Amino acid sequence: MLKDIFTKTKKKKYATIPSETAKQDVPEGIMTKCPNCKKIMYTKELVKNLKVCFHCQYHHTMNSKERLESFLDASSFEEINANMISENPLNFPDYIEKLEKDREKTKINEAVVTGTGTVNGQKIAVAVMDSTFRMGSMGSVVGEKITRAIEKADELGVPFIIFTASGGARMQEGVLSLMQMAKTSVALKRFSDNGGLIISIMTHPTTGGVSASFASLGDYNLAEPGALIGFAGRRIIEQTIREELPEDFQTAEFLLKHGQLDAVIPRTELKDKISAILSIHQPGGDFQWQEN
Amino acid sequence: MAGELEFERPVMELKKKIAELKEFTKTADVDLSSEIEKLEARLEKLETDIYENMKPWDRVQIARHPARPTTQDYISYLFEDFFECHGDRAFGDDEAIVGGIAKFRGLPVTVIGHQRGKDTKENIRRNFGMPHPEGYRKALRLMKQADKFRRPIICFIDTKGAYPGKAAEERGQSEAIAKNLFEMASLRVPVICIVIGEGGSGGALALGVGNHIHMLENSTYSVISPEGAAAILWKDATQAKKAAESMRITAPDLKELGVVDEIIEEVKGGAHKDVKVQAAEIGEVLYQSLKDLMNLSEDQLIDHRYNKFKSIGEYSFLKEFIGVK
Ligand SMILES: [Zn+2]
Repeated sequence: MLKDIFTKTKKKKYATIPSETAKQDVPEGIMTKCPNCKKIMYTKELVKNLKVCFHCQYHHTMNSKERLESFLDASSFEEINANMISENPLNFPDYIEKLEKDREKTKINEAVVTGTGTVNGQKIAVAVMDSTFRMGSMGSVVGEKITRAIEKADELGVPFIIFTASGGARMQEGVLSLMQMAKTSVALKRFSDNGGLIISIMTHPTTGGVSASFASLGDYNLAEPGALIGFAGRRIIEQTIREELPEDFQTAEFLLKHGQLDAVIPRTELKDKISAILSIHQPGGDFQWQEN
Repeated sequence: MAGELEFERPVMELKKKIAELKEFTKTADVDLSSEIEKLEARLEKLETDIYENMKPWDRVQIARHPARPTTQDYISYLFEDFFECHGDRAFGDDEAIVGGIAKFRGLPVTVIGHQRGKDTKENIRRNFGMPHPEGYRKALRLMKQADKFRRPIICFIDTKGAYPGKAAEERGQSEAIAKNLFEMASLRVPVICIVIGEGGSGGALALGVGNHIHMLENSTYSVISPEGAAAILWKDATQAKKAAESMRITAPDLKELGVVDEIIEEVKGGAHKDVKVQAAEIGEVLYQSLKDLMNLSEDQLIDHRYNKFKSIGEYSFLKEFIGVK
């Protein structure tokens, strides 16, 4: 299943055109080729368009930094638990080195970034998964950071918003990784029972244990167009049932049709739509509730 | 005029005649203004005569009018920031029911309603507003969400009934409807139901366990369609008109039977003649309804709903027991 995702995303990862004039401010190259329509465009302009292809609306992968910058009000983000790092509970060979390498590469401590911020002035606690770190897989740190962000939301009495992107469980942490599904879900239930608002935005890809826990537990489950969302990998299902699956299987649009999502929202409309949902969860009008 | 109904034909004919005369005076050099005035006075009287003495079958025709405003029409006039929520989170998204969150004059609310199509294509997608179990389960999901966030719930009722189909039975049509009746009983928020078209049987009632039930003047609410009733009572579906009269399915009937709280007056000739004005009319009743119900506590709201339904039904007692000894 994990392997599935690896090959799939590798294919879709946008290719960069090496350029001799590439400088530090354009580390990914001046031009980007859309993996979907194969058209080439200026990276800077693509980023300005929230990394949505001008030609085919393909939603390119966003890392956590880009996501936070595009979604939260400018400089409103305050990160928490940015120093938490994984142990190696199963003594998995090379695990620690791999983590170190990804920390070096991504400049973040783990596959999720958490904190608080504002969306058009409305305060929220937020968690953004980052598929550039260990494929966004969930181990102890991802589970713990998300749980602490939920607790933060509860403590502050603000909504909890999570952007998911994950290949699933972190194999190198074994059953501890599985248990993070339960840990985060238990925390969400308590928050929900206290009246907390949960919004989940599933981005490409949201699979395995993440899809079967907090990603699916929003009061509003939303997704970006074309995102791959599902529990079991396509190839495993095909091998099991010995049938070819439809083209759109496990896409956001497929899930919408099958009752799993409230809405599929293009990235360029996301902030405003979610801001509107948030504002519907604020009291308003000249109506006076009876005090109980 | 497109979509005119049999009983209103005299009105339409007179209107046409007046329009013709007016057109004529534009080109010809004659003064017909006094004739036109007379005709207009006659039109007003005719309209009053016809529209204020509508027979149940006339109302059925208006309730079923293809241009009759639907849930989505009223949503667009009455609410701000409507965000539609799809899906039952289990099987599918039934487009015969729409639901979502919005604001009503600034107040956060949840809105749910049956949704017919405007044309054949949309009607196929929306199954002519006849829901499957997943539609009722979506509605219940949204009601529970409203309960969690303490938002009043507004339901628009407009369906011929739950869809009589194989798949619907396989997925538990009865259970889905029953569950809604059961769960709506315990909602801690005001629930206001407005019948805007046809209120057909259990499929309508599944959105209908409200603190207040209002009906548009020309809408209907019944245990079965007039055609269905005629088929059962007299084994003849063509007797629908007669059935419509004997079944007591109009808004004034339901008010008298104690089912309905308010009759919402319609635009002369039916809501489809002016959606905007009709929506405003609904808005006023809704506003008052919300104001009243929001004076009640959570427990009082549940009791209020309980008592409302407990009080429906007619019976009397014999002097002596005739049961088993
Ligand atoms: Zn493209």
